[in-house]
Amino acid sequence: MSKSPNIFLPVLGATCIVLGAAYGLSTRTYKAQEAELAGIAAQAAQTRAEASEARVSTLLARLDDVQSKADQAIAIAGSAAGSAPDPAPDFSGGLGLGRAALPEELAAWDVDIMPDGRGLPVGRGDVLTGDELFAEYCASCHGDFAEGVDNWPVLAGGFDTLADVDPVKTVGSYWPYLSTVWDYVHRSMPFGAAQTLTDDEVYAIVAYILYSNDLVEEDFELSHETFSDVAMYNTEGFVVDDRAATEYTVWSAEPCMENCKDRVEITRRASMVNVTPVDDFMHPVMRGDISKQSAVEPSVPRAAQDAMADLVAAGEKVFKKCASCHQVGAGAKNRSGPQLNAVVGRTAGSVEQFRYSKVMAESGLVWDDTTLSGFLENPKGYLKGTKMSFRGLSKEEDRMAVIAYLRTISP
Amino acid sequence: MKTTRRNFLKNAAIGAGTLAAGKASASGPDPLITEVQEWASYTGAGVDETPYGLPIRFEEDVIRRNVEWLTASPISSINFTPIHALDGTITPQGCAFERHHSGAIELSKQDYRLMINGLVDRPLVFTYADLERFPRENHVYFCECAANTGMEWAGAQLNAVQYTHGMIHNMEYTGVPLRLLLAEAGAQIADNLWVYVEGADASSNGRSIPMQKALDDVLVAFKANGEALRMEHGYPVRLVVPGWEGNMWVKWLRRIEVTDAAVESREETSKYTDVLEDGRARKWTWVMDAKSVITSPSPQMPIEHGPGPLVISGLAWSGHGQITRVDVSRDGGVTWEKARLGRRGDSKALTRFYLDTRWDGAPMLLQSRAMDETGYVQPTKHQLRDMRGENSVYHNNCIQTWAVNELGVAENVEVS
Repeated sequence: MSKSPNIFLPVLGATCIVLGAAYGLSTRTYKAQEAELAGIAAQAAQTRAEASEARVSTLLARLDDVQSKADQAIAIAGSAAGSAPDPAPDFSGGLGLGRAALPEELAAWDVDIMPDGRGLPVGRGDVLTGDELFAEYCASCHGDFAEGVDNWPVLAGGFDTLADVDPVKTVGSYWPYLSTVWDYVHRSMPFGAAQTLTDDEVYAIVAYILYSNDLVEEDFELSHETFSDVAMYNTEGFVVDDRAATEYTVWSAEPCMENCKDRVEITRRASMVNVTPVDDFMHPVMRGDISKQSAVEPSVPRAAQDAMADLVAAGEKVFKKCASCHQVGAGAKNRSGPQLNAVVGRTAGSVEQFRYSKVMAESGLVWDDTTLSGFLENPKGYLKGTKMSFRGLSKEEDRMAVIAYLRTISP
Repeated sequence: MKTTRRNFLKNAAIGAGTLAAGKASASGPDPLITEVQEWASYTGAGVDETPYGLPIRFEEDVIRRNVEWLTASPISSINFTPIHALDGTITPQGCAFERHHSGAIELSKQDYRLMINGLVDRPLVFTYADLERFPRENHVYFCECAANTGMEWAGAQLNAVQYTHGMIHNMEYTGVPLRLLLAEAGAQIADNLWVYVEGADASSNGRSIPMQKALDDVLVAFKANGEALRMEHGYPVRLVVPGWEGNMWVKWLRRIEVTDAAVESREETSKYTDVLEDGRARKWTWVMDAKSVITSPSPQMPIEHGPGPLVISGLAWSGHGQITRVDVSRDGGVTWEKARLGRRGDSKALTRFYLDTRWDGAPMLLQSRAMDETGYVQPTKHQLRDMRGENSVYHNNCIQTWAVNELGVAENVEVS
């Protein structure tokens, strides 16, 4: 909480009181007689003189009072806005609305499972049964081996990827609690036919998902009894929201208004990736009628620009194969491979604090279209002894695309 | 929806080069003034032509839009509010973004039931009509998906403010304070208790809310902007969890359970958790931190009038309370000037800001920076990445940059 608004609130409050009093006075005295007014004024002057000393101390006391009220106002500022409505009344003892929920109704709807397994029904299902059920109900989206089809969720694998730029968050690699898996399959799956599986079928399917993540053996049977035997990999991988301590304290200083940076350069543009959906109703610049000539390097003909943008977009996709080891962009760090900002034109083996293979460090290569393409086609063949374990990009179009993409990555 | 001839001609005319033409230079008397136009002579539509009105056809650009490659199916997907074209703060329901996990369902008021159970003296079932007999309140709140701006973590990607910041809406909600329903059922009240809320659709979306928040400002809402909720927003009843991520605003709300622990449902473990650089993940990151964006100029809203007076306009909001200040930079963050707030005082609601200025026709790097009543200052993208790494999806509240060129065309960029 910033303290600075406290200083202003009493001032504003006092201003409001004064204005309010003046307005009330002017309307009330609208029809008053002049003599009466004079008398009132004289009396008031005398009273003021007598009371002035007392008022000073009263005002001081009131200032404290206003300050404490201002503190309260800050504390409840969310609802203390000028437009805040009167709250709804509370009726102690309730209104007597609704009716008692029946046991059958509670049993039908209260089916969530707690992390410790509370709520699990009696039942069982084994991995092999689950394998068959998974093929029938789940594989069309999640793949036969829970590897995911198209954009549908991957359920298995992804181990040791959570610290990567593109973590693969599966039941095995990420989900902290088994209860969540059982609960979700039971209530929300299969997609398009939710809440149709029997309890035993859910146990079996969950057993198979665990098996596909190497969490249980092939002969495992999941049941309400064996539930607590399963230890998920990432149970300890979560921390409760700590932004108040880590971020709010840092990002609450009075912000800079002038000369806040030495220089500003554009490091990325949306046009580099060119993935924005465009339709006929949007402004014509969105359809490229103007922006292609003006927003991006005006000298390049539009057709060539489109082709280049497509190539860069294709290259970014290819780069996903590289991204588990190489970072690019602002803040890119060395991982199992060196960061690749401005790699085109760079001398091979020159990124500081990265431990290259001897052959790379001493190669003397400069990365251009030819050398990069040669290396990427067959890394170990091109530079025998390189640490890069990647098997290579056999297609020339993939190599050209990824090089075009890397050219767009500034330091 | 189709391209009308009139609209096509209008667009074609703009495309032909009036973008930077500056003010219209009349070469002669304007026929729109000197000639009697058909609308000034013939009669218009009668009162019953559209029993429930839609926007006039010239506003065809003001529609929700989807980014198809984001998700596997529109049934489990999200679309985006056309914030580029809106002004003020209220989002009309018809263009407020949608997010479904198993599609929008048709659930009538007659078929609607709400159960409240768990650690309560009296497990109860309410009908829709029952809810209308509780005292209700009206509040304007923003609802922002935790994934809003999530596609921008790795780099400037989507070239439209609708796509970068459109997972948000701001409506006046009418509903029963959740605390009244909890009291009606005789709920146990303690700081270590939770309220689990769950929807009636096939996704069965459920989230755990700490008791303190449930008693504070959560609403069981049935009206938005004065009328019934739209199907896509949870008709007939949804939860409103002010300032907190949209996923918790459970639609088609069917059950409220008082529990002694968080359920740790799928949506609060596998999704809506934030992976940090070291692979650990933050959970229970409910509050949407202060954020702002310039909606015009922006890629969908180029400057068409050339140099001269220019209104720079945008939105700011904070899940922690009121927006107290918004700064705008025209040079990518070197210098900043204070913007004018359209209206003050709406806590956990959108605030409109304006910078009324003159444009000299030179390229600009436009940014906005929000501050809220807690003193929090919206961070830059670099600050966010330095703090959290690049593995995250949710809670990207970074400062956005639009590069505006000499012709007034804006592009989504990142700056050093």
